[in-house]
Amino acid sequence: MWKIRWKLTVRGLAQNWAVFRESRVGMLGVVIILLFGVFGALWPIMINTVWDPLVYHPVVGFDPMVLHPSPPTRAHLLGTDPIGRDILAQLMFSTGREFLLGVLSALITVVIGTVIGTVAAYYGGFTDTFFMRVADIMMLFPFIPLLVVVGSMVRLTFFPFAMILGVLGGFGGITIILKAQALSVKVRPYIDAARVAGGSSFHIIRAHIIPNVLPLSFLYMMFNVTSAILSEATLSFFGVLNIDMSWGMMIHTADVAGYLFDFGKYWWLWLPSGVAITLFCAAFYMVGRGLDEVVNPRLRKR
Amino acid sequence: MVLPATPDMPDADDAILRVERLSKYYPVSRGFFQRRHLLLHAVDDASFEVRRGEVSGLVGESGCGKTTTGRLIARLILPTAGRIFVDNADVSKIQGSDLVEFRQKVQMIFQDPYESLDPRMTIFDIVTEPLNVNGIGNLEEREERVAEMLSLVGITPPSAFLFRFPHELSGGQRQRVAIARALVVNPTFVVADEPTSMLDVSIRTGVMKLLAQLREDLGISYLYITHDLAVARYLCDRIAVMYLGKIVEMGTAEEIVKEPLHPYTRALISAVPVPDPAIRRPVPNIKGGLSKPINPLPRCRFYERCPDARGVCADQNHPELKEVSGGRFVACHVL
Repeated sequence: MWKIRWKLTVRGLAQNWAVFRESRVGMLGVVIILLFGVFGALWPIMINTVWDPLVYHPVVGFDPMVLHPSPPTRAHLLGTDPIGRDILAQLMFSTGREFLLGVLSALITVVIGTVIGTVAAYYGGFTDTFFMRVADIMMLFPFIPLLVVVGSMVRLTFFPFAMILGVLGGFGGITIILKAQALSVKVRPYIDAARVAGGSSFHIIRAHIIPNVLPLSFLYMMFNVTSAILSEATLSFFGVLNIDMSWGMMIHTADVAGYLFDFGKYWWLWLPSGVAITLFCAAFYMVGRGLDEVVNPRLRKR
Repeated sequence: MVLPATPDMPDADDAILRVERLSKYYPVSRGFFQRRHLLLHAVDDASFEVRRGEVSGLVGESGCGKTTTGRLIARLILPTAGRIFVDNADVSKIQGSDLVEFRQKVQMIFQDPYESLDPRMTIFDIVTEPLNVNGIGNLEEREERVAEMLSLVGITPPSAFLFRFPHELSGGQRQRVAIARALVVNPTFVVADEPTSMLDVSIRTGVMKLLAQLREDLGISYLYITHDLAVARYLCDRIAVMYLGKIVEMGTAEEIVKEPLHPYTRALISAVPVPDPAIRRPVPNIKGGLSKPINPLPRCRFYERCPDARGVCADQNHPELKEVSGGRFVACHVL
């Protein structure tokens, strides 16, 4: 029995993959994400073999042999930052953490959004109104300034920050989108059929509404990775996050040391992390666009 | 007033379904500032019954309230007024464990087999769902039962279909799966809401024959909702004709088709196509189309379209169903 189900799942995934492959944008996104994956996976290898931790540590490393910030050299392929740390090492170290942050907070967002969206759609009435007004407030509220204030009051470390981002996102716009989808599923005759069969509300939400909303949730998860990374970069840049190192933090370091004034002169301080943030967010967005064609068959080119 | 469902009943247990003065009104809002209280009378004071082991047809044109009646009986919605008895239990008052029992006793087959099966579930999951939610049997027993049901409805060999998805099946096969799902819990009463209307004509007869066969084999009583009098005549023992939420005529299938009394039924009969160009049928002589029964005027619902309309039809309220002979009812001022 489980073998058959497993086979069906694999076959379904293979079919979706075939559709997804048709999308060039989506495939480009996957390739970029894979490259980032390899890049991030290189970090532990490099620090344990080639790089001397005293020199190349992303947070406390220091190279006494050169003046800082040093432009790219053979020892420091992307140069060093104003306090003598290797830029490439920082970039690599941060990649894995960006993945973790983006995926974790997007996962939290999507789980909350899916549950609230389907429940609001199914029950309607007060539940619906309540969560939709909450979502309106969440969408209207300027969260970056709020988090700047919160970050200056509390020490926002990595995991609490990922969770805060996830929860704030989960009550926001995604619930409205998923509720709309759930509403269109709710009125299908197979929901009536499940009720005639004796299914409880919980059964109907779990077995019928959520599986039919899930592809869209997954799609929005991709877009949420993008927004989580961008929020992190912004807040790191303002220096309100208590995070060891991140792409936003690298730009922050350059900024507080006064190296962002002269636009092109110290380019290695901000360009690598800037490009990384842009590419990484773009890649998830592109995967989202590719998934869009899988989820919405009407967009497919026949 | 005499309840039309009661007179010629030998005893109450004879009827598996008894509908008494059933009404379902929907509030309609028209415009934002106009807060007039408008009600759409989807089902209005309808009474009928289905006898044990019989197939009763509910016939009427689109929008006359047939499907609403079916949904009321299956307890998908609750009535505004009136009562529904299935096995002498009031459907709208059923709760708790009685409701669990009711859900197994009364099943429904839906109109559109393309929409009534969850596209993300396999055929096995769809057919086991009623067993699953009611906690009947273990996995092996369910597998056995599903295979049995699928071969009963003509999906053979069942093993080849168990792990297919609905979109891999044809319309006729899907409707057979939907029938298997309805019958898997051994219901005693099935509401069939136009189960053949969305199917291709070529497979329609197959599904109809299946329904007739299942009734013979399993002794299930049906309420068969259809807009097609020919289908109703083929499948049903008795027919009730509905117009704008009102039952206008009831009788055995033969009586209704051979000698229709109500002008609306006569028009319906003359609209059934005959596969012989030599036979000339009277042209339906009713005017206009079906209107929406929103806050209807207190007169005969059929007044605007009726060829036999008189003054009394406009002056008096909608006529009550009158028994004209044993088990034969008609609601008309003129007759």
